[in-house]
Amino acid sequence: MSSTKAARIGEEVWKTRIDKVNAELVTLTYGSIVAQLCKDYEGDYMEVNKQLDKMGYNIGLRLIEDFLAKTNTGRCINFRDTAETISKIGFKVFLNITPTVTNWATDNKQFSLVFEENPLADFVELPDDGRAQNELWYSNILCGVLRGALEMVQMQVDAHFTSDVLRGNETTEMRVSLIRIIDDELPPGDD
Amino acid sequence: MVILSILILNKAGGLIYQRDFNEGLKKLSSNDYLVLAGTFHGVHAITSRISPVPGSGGLEVLESDQFRMQCFQTLTGTKFLVFAEPHQPNIDVVCRRVYELYADYVMKNPFYQIEMPIRCESFDRHLMAYIKPKQ
Repeated sequence: MSSTKAARIGEEVWKTRIDKVNAELVTLTYGSIVAQLCKDYEGDYMEVNKQLDKMGYNIGLRLIEDFLAKTNTGRCINFRDTAETISKIGFKVFLNITPTVTNWATDNKQFSLVFEENPLADFVELPDDGRAQNELWYSNILCGVLRGALEMVQMQVDAHFTSDVLRGNETTEMRVSLIRIIDDELPPGDD
Repeated sequence: MVILSILILNKAGGLIYQRDFNEGLKKLSSNDYLVLAGTFHGVHAITSRISPVPGSGGLEVLESDQFRMQCFQTLTGTKFLVFAEPHQPNIDVVCRRVYELYADYVMKNPFYQIEMPIRCESFDRHLMAYIKPKQ
């Protein structure tokens, strides 16, 4: 699927088939979850990252069905196609953003998503304890969502943030790497 | 359009939902429904393997004098089987709509365990509300 076609589908589904909610409700709910995790794990930010990823994973496992039912897209022909679909349709439909797909590895198995905007992180300033700035990946739930959703369509991936404007970096960037296609779980006809 | 019955199979071929929408259908025992689902799962896999066309999606429609069965397989491997009266067009539209209801009222229910039998009252209700006016 070409990038423009993906963008068109994303735009159309977002306009016609998605119930909208107040963005601040989402931002504040997510913020309170992260803040509570930081409290519960007593500032162990590595553990908070892990928990966010796990929560995202469980969301992804479920969200993929909604994505497929609403967008009616077929199977991606390659990982580049997958990247465009994630950015232009997935993020568009669920968060109304389209992160830029860039920095492809030469083997076409790794790419970066650069977030110009991130609704989860509006209003956020990381705690000034000297560690959060280096250890907490505030929007880590998104990595988990991608990992869970792609696993359900038989793609095992690793997703992690490599930079975040909240930490004072120039950009917010997520790295996504394809580990393997889970062949033995491919439904008949798709192998 | 008359829909007789709907079955949902998880990706391992286990029956996770079964519901009749028409009086007078022969009832099977719950064990027989499980066997039916498992057998279909196997037959579906075989049909896609022995198809002379590469990349075939396997059995999609089965039609007899008494009924027409349409199988809709999602990219995650879940199968929706819709039994209807013969020669009904547009059953695939029904399949897609049932998939949407499943995504909404089953997958988004946080207490539904993935791959397990569906016991979600609101799914039942919405499915009924969608199918009933068509009968």
